[in-house]
Amino acid sequence: MSDGYISLVNGGLGAKVAKTLGLPRPSVLRRFTEGAPLTAGPVLVLGATTGTGEDSDILAQLLMSTGFAAADLEVHRTVVGTEHVPWGAVVLVLTEVTHPDDLSAPALDLASTLRSLAPGGRVVTVSRTATADDAPAVAAARQGVEGLLRSVAKELRGGATANGVVLTDDVDLAAPSVGAALRFLLSAKSAYVDGQTLTVGSAAGSAVDWSSPLDGRVAVVTGAARGIGAAIAETLARDGARVVVVDVPAAGESLAAVANRIKGTALQLDITAPDAGERIIEHAVSRHGSIDIVVHNAGITRDKLLANMTPEKWDAVLAVNLAAQLRIDDALMRSEHFTDAPRIVSLASTSGIAGNRGQTNYATSKAGVIGMVRSTGRLMAKVDGTANAVAPGFIETEMTARMPFATREVARRLSSVQQGGLPIDVAEAVAFLAGPAAGGINGTTLRVCGQNMVGA
Amino acid sequence: MPRRTPAAPGEDHSSTAQAEARRALRDAVIVGGNRIPFARAGGTYADAGNKDMLTAALDGLVARFGLQGERLGEVVAGSVLKHSRDFNLTRECVLGSALSPTTPAYDLQQACATGLEAVVSVSNKIRLGQIESGVAGGTDTISDAPIAVSEGLRHAILKASQAKTLSARLKAFAAVRPGDLAPAAPRTDEPRTGLSMGEHQALTTARWGISREDQDAVALASHQNLAAAYEAGFFDDLVTPFRGLARDQNLRADTSAEKLGSLKPAFGTSLPTPATMTAGNSTPLTDGASVVLLASRDWADEHDLPVLARVVDAETAAVDYVHGHDGLLMAPAHAVPRLLARAGLSLDDLDFVEIHEAFASTVLTTLAAWEDDEYCRTELGLDGALGSVDRSRLNVVGSSLAAGHPFAATGGRIVATAAKLVAARAAETGQVSRALVSVCAAGGLGVAALIESVPGDTTTTDATADGGRR
Repeated sequence: MSDGYISLVNGGLGAKVAKTLGLPRPSVLRRFTEGAPLTAGPVLVLGATTGTGEDSDILAQLLMSTGFAAADLEVHRTVVGTEHVPWGAVVLVLTEVTHPDDLSAPALDLASTLRSLAPGGRVVTVSRTATADDAPAVAAARQGVEGLLRSVAKELRGGATANGVVLTDDVDLAAPSVGAALRFLLSAKSAYVDGQTLTVGSAAGSAVDWSSPLDGRVAVVTGAARGIGAAIAETLARDGARVVVVDVPAAGESLAAVANRIKGTALQLDITAPDAGERIIEHAVSRHGSIDIVVHNAGITRDKLLANMTPEKWDAVLAVNLAAQLRIDDALMRSEHFTDAPRIVSLASTSGIAGNRGQTNYATSKAGVIGMVRSTGRLMAKVDGTANAVAPGFIETEMTARMPFATREVARRLSSVQQGGLPIDVAEAVAFLAGPAAGGINGTTLRVCGQNMVGA
Repeated sequence: MPRRTPAAPGEDHSSTAQAEARRALRDAVIVGGNRIPFARAGGTYADAGNKDMLTAALDGLVARFGLQGERLGEVVAGSVLKHSRDFNLTRECVLGSALSPTTPAYDLQQACATGLEAVVSVSNKIRLGQIESGVAGGTDTISDAPIAVSEGLRHAILKASQAKTLSARLKAFAAVRPGDLAPAAPRTDEPRTGLSMGEHQALTTARWGISREDQDAVALASHQNLAAAYEAGFFDDLVTPFRGLARDQNLRADTSAEKLGSLKPAFGTSLPTPATMTAGNSTPLTDGASVVLLASRDWADEHDLPVLARVVDAETAAVDYVHGHDGLLMAPAHAVPRLLARAGLSLDDLDFVEIHEAFASTVLTTLAAWEDDEYCRTELGLDGALGSVDRSRLNVVGSSLAAGHPFAATGGRIVATAAKLVAARAAETGQVSRALVSVCAAGGLGVAALIESVPGDTTTTDATADGGRR
């Protein structure tokens, strides 16, 4: 479960040897701790020199507003003077670009700051979605941003990441989810999110108290007895939610331990039971008064090359990873209790994006999840709800600890941050999408993979 | 009019006043229960002591009902085989659990009836208004049973510990003979007769002429019913796995009449009558723990907890198995009619009858006794036979033969099961549903309790349809 290589190359002789040999030197990632500053240093907001340039001012104002972050967040608009380096983050506002030529100046402005980015620093682009309705030059410029940020993400070292917030044309910069997405990507909570974009598609969502963003919300997490599920349950509880942890009866012992740790309740239940949705709703509502968040984390693998696949292995994976979620979602959407800006977050996988040898059944189910949340999100919007997915890449869990050594080492180093993620990294992304402020992000899939090469 | 004949005529005059007094008390409701799967002796829990098991059972209960940090009125539990170091076992388990350390606790012991007696004790305090909530339970381990040293060695150790000089200490040990070094193994023999419980029951079985086939049928039903209940998910909210064990280790889902019939007799082999009791139709020695959450209705409501049933009443009986002519495990035959008489009920009024299967023949002799006109008249002081128990209502989700019987843990297992059964039946029919719980115990003891569904109280979401978030 532990990645000894990281500590080896981060101190003393190990570091020297790794440097001499040109070995990958993954950094210890900056992760969320209570009371720590939002960013690793001051934030620089750079804007396109075209358009009115107002958007970068608006964004800078947003970053300085009291509702956004701790009051002491330092925000700058220019690189004049170097007293502020190293930068904790650089926000590149590209919402006003209308031609690829417009990208030149901001890209080179960004270039001049990269060497002075703090360890665990952030580059975040803010741009508009490129659609077929745009003029070709506008679409080209907007789409170009994606290539820019994804390449920058691969160049960054020292645990720094680059991600983008992408707004649809009808969404104002002041929409709650724009600030929330920006906040998440700037923070240590997105430690293992790299090279990704978060699309804000509507003005839905509400402001929250960032010290306890899930206060008063009741959440259900399936597969919560261990690994990623347990981390999700703990993170939702940390953020103020009352949590119902669900797992199969056979996992009840560790499930009870998780429930007792986070002052939640344990519900031993096989999610493939026909009435699983009803039983989940009944438990949450009768014990905790409501049900607001459901995290479909429970999942299984039954890996086999397709040539050797048995019906049992295929069907079991699809039943747990996909069919059970569909049935539970149906029950949720029929229920009068799941109507207060509810949130569904499903666990997909980068295997569902890139495919994986020996995982046709698993990848099918996880790609299915991506499709499912796209459609479910549309249905959920009627009650101010959202459905999104988080697609983990290589995460250090009991499951990945069982991988053969060489395969595991390669998988770890293939990402831009040259290491596997931790369950908490997935949990932070889930907690973000489950929050009231993320209401404008709907039907999407966010990869938490350290920009792993596999999975597009 | 159901038969109601108090056992002791002298108590007759006060029964009306007693009934009224009982009515004036408030309800003690059963919220739910939790147990760890029961393991065969020397099996999965061989390294787990009573403290580990009872703490695990408590922690599972806390997790199920979200009681972390909660101060409960009292936790009452006990064990039959207890180390002297576990003198304050239940309190230690509370301190080791996720409950508030300000929750009081005490130990109780009444052999195999320990768990049920704990339920009676806690519910009585709730009914009296002395506490609002409580946990009753029990734990027992055969694997980690205390072993005593011989009397000779014990005396030597005590003497040596009081000795002031080395020579005096050595002198104390000099008195120890090689024979004194053998430990006194834990025994479940009756101290007054030296007979094991199985041998006692073999005498009773022979007296009542209970057949091998009938006993094996009871055992088979126990395994089949328990296996079916697990498959149906009945135990999903009653059992929390422990140390990797998710189901009762003794359960043989695939057992058959043939397999049970092929076993050699284990008890009564020296009797003139054919020996009929085998390892298959006798309860195995088992490790495990169970707990039941009891509360006043108000407390359950305030904590948004379900109410499955209420503890209506209980009765304890004892038989003089040493000098009298009743069998060691026949006390429930006495307790039940007294309990039913007080409630104004007959056996037919019960939807579920949960009789602890110390041995299959214990259940069968008890049933036979109630059907016997003469026994009921002469021994139980009734007008005639108490009646028969509809077998379709008996131990419907399995019982001790299949689940195992960690002595003090059996009562909690049965009470939680019975509460869930009556709640489900009441929800289905809209009628009040009742269960009788009967447990026999060493020393000629027996405890019976009446569990009843609670009208108008369901655990469905409708109960909170006002949408109030609490």
